[in-house]
Amino acid sequence: MGDLLRFRDDEAHDEPAVTLDAFLGQTNATAVRVESGDDVRALIPHLGQIALIEVSFPKFRDGRGYSSGRILREAGYTGELRAAGDVLVDQVPLMRRCGFDSFAPEAEIDAATLEASLARYEHVYQTAADGAVPVWKLRHG
Amino acid sequence: MYKYDQYDQSIVDSRVEEFRDQVARRLSGALSEDQFKPLRLMNGLYLQLHAYMLRVAVPYGTLDGRQMRMLGHIARKYDRGYGHFTTRQNIQYNWIKLEDAPEILADLATVEMHAIQTSGNCIRNISSDQYAGAAADEVADPRPWAELLRQWSSFHPEFSYLPRKFKIAVIAADEDRAAMRLHDIGIQLVERDRELGGRIFVGGGMGRTPMVAPEIKDFIGADDLLSYVEACLRVYNRYGRRDNIYKARIKILIHELGADEYRRQVEEEFKLVKALGIDPPKAEFDRITAFFAPPAFDAAASDAIDRSDPDFAVWLDQNVKAHKQPGYAIVNISLKPVGGIPGDATAEQIELMADLAERYAFDELRVTHAQNIVLPHVRKADLYAVWQALDAAGLAPANLDLISDIIACPGLDYCSLANARSIPIAQKIATRFADLGRQRELGELKLKISGCINACGHHHAGHIGILGVDKKGTENYQLLLGGSGAEDASLARITGPGFDEDGIVDAVETVTNVYLGARESGERFLDTYRRVGMEPFKEALYG
Repeated sequence: MGDLLRFRDDEAHDEPAVTLDAFLGQTNATAVRVESGDDVRALIPHLGQIALIEVSFPKFRDGRGYSSGRILREAGYTGELRAAGDVLVDQVPLMRRCGFDSFAPEAEIDAATLEASLARYEHVYQTAADGAVPVWKLRHG
Repeated sequence: MYKYDQYDQSIVDSRVEEFRDQVARRLSGALSEDQFKPLRLMNGLYLQLHAYMLRVAVPYGTLDGRQMRMLGHIARKYDRGYGHFTTRQNIQYNWIKLEDAPEILADLATVEMHAIQTSGNCIRNISSDQYAGAAADEVADPRPWAELLRQWSSFHPEFSYLPRKFKIAVIAADEDRAAMRLHDIGIQLVERDRELGGRIFVGGGMGRTPMVAPEIKDFIGADDLLSYVEACLRVYNRYGRRDNIYKARIKILIHELGADEYRRQVEEEFKLVKALGIDPPKAEFDRITAFFAPPAFDAAASDAIDRSDPDFAVWLDQNVKAHKQPGYAIVNISLKPVGGIPGDATAEQIELMADLAERYAFDELRVTHAQNIVLPHVRKADLYAVWQALDAAGLAPANLDLISDIIACPGLDYCSLANARSIPIAQKIATRFADLGRQRELGELKLKISGCINACGHHHAGHIGILGVDKKGTENYQLLLGGSGAEDASLARITGPGFDEDGIVDAVETVTNVYLGARESGERFLDTYRRVGMEPFKEALYG
């Protein structure tokens, strides 16, 4: 298990995450773990009470979690959004753009490689969940 | 054509550095081959049977002389002196060293080119009509839409790990020269109430389960395009199958859900996505469109052509197409010489085509999905000079859309997925029908060969299709008839038991003889097949 990487200023949430089914059955939990096939829209009515949503990436090739992350941010979720599992350094910049702000990778991520990777692209083409300004907006003010 | 500004250049330059770092980490062992694979694939780098293959993007098949010359330079410096133009309007090099790949990308970046997303489970190069901007039948130039999609899809954060690859084509005419409905998303620009919009088809494709895409939306304006396509992709990314690589394309999802249910889900998602403000303003669309303004045509250019050289006249009739501007024509350069490898060109040929584009075609070239090259805007008065230069370089086969204008995948000569060779079959068929008079007598006949069921050679869409399979350790070739990738899209059907390498060439000759005997006036091979059905062909083949 690699170190937890966080891009937030608040304290890490320490309540154990419950499954989506368990959460929907006993709605006082504040941390949820979402599997890659789960429909995160089920959480939307409850976002105000959730401090941590952990999205599982069972294999790095399974990209469903990228949509889950964006959907949660689009719905107004501001708590911690964690990508957990087979998370590789080259994916972290894309995950950041989809709204993830913490990472629990199975294998250690090299800090220097990650830093270079996150700093590499000065510009992006699309609006996503990270607030980066797309180049079409820079072109037209 | 489109020119990069500082933002486009910055993004492509960043990609070169990123890939340089990824290759270094692979070579040092920090990345396993399993981890490196999706990264290199998203940069068009495949590990083939003998070496790495690098596929370079030619967005919507459009490039200028300087870019074309760079493709020749790469062929000479890093490969074995040639390149291979592909059915997705790209070029690939078959003999690349991993260590050289970052340098090649750096060279490409100097001419606004790259290999971004030419492979991998992401949105691939956007393809389009090779006659865009030149064809009389288009409602508008489709390339501004394609460029909008190119930018939106480049490094899309949500859609870089899709269930499977994703291909988008944009056309703007009723005649479909890009096999639009055999793409994951096909867009046909249409005019409605004097407004331009796209008809959206989703879920077409070839591979082992070929499907013609159903229409999902009858009209979407440019100002909603990206939101709509984003909604289409999001439904796919969330619900496309990931348990079986052979069922992971969007066509399977739509087939399983039904087009109506898929459409309903997309419409719901579209409402949510539209509110996010991801569509650029009209000013951005106008900025891109301005790059595709018509070149400075000479309004006084003459329509007269001296046809006194009979060889030139044959080429003129077969390979030159009508242009929307009086006095101009569209030149098709066939990369299908008899006995050659379909789509291959040497560095010298590539450079010559670059020269001709600069001198005679407003510095523009196109790559076609049939693996040929187009000079889109040539003055009729210059056609003879262009033909002479092409002919001297072996680039003037007068066989466009004839039986020897074969689409073929690289097959077992290069590809690690193939079950059988494709190139030698193409060569043998072209040689059997080498006589141009005989080919012209057969008329339009699209023959397409794949060396495995992944169908990179588009055999499902061939008037005559050939599929190579492995039968107990020997190569065996199935024959298919009646496919079309054009506006009358249809999927070819298998005739019956397959043939060996020589038998398939005989079988092709047999079915063309059935056609010659049965055709009525004006019928192409495909028309006769559709009228008389499979039986007469089967009877001749197996009776």
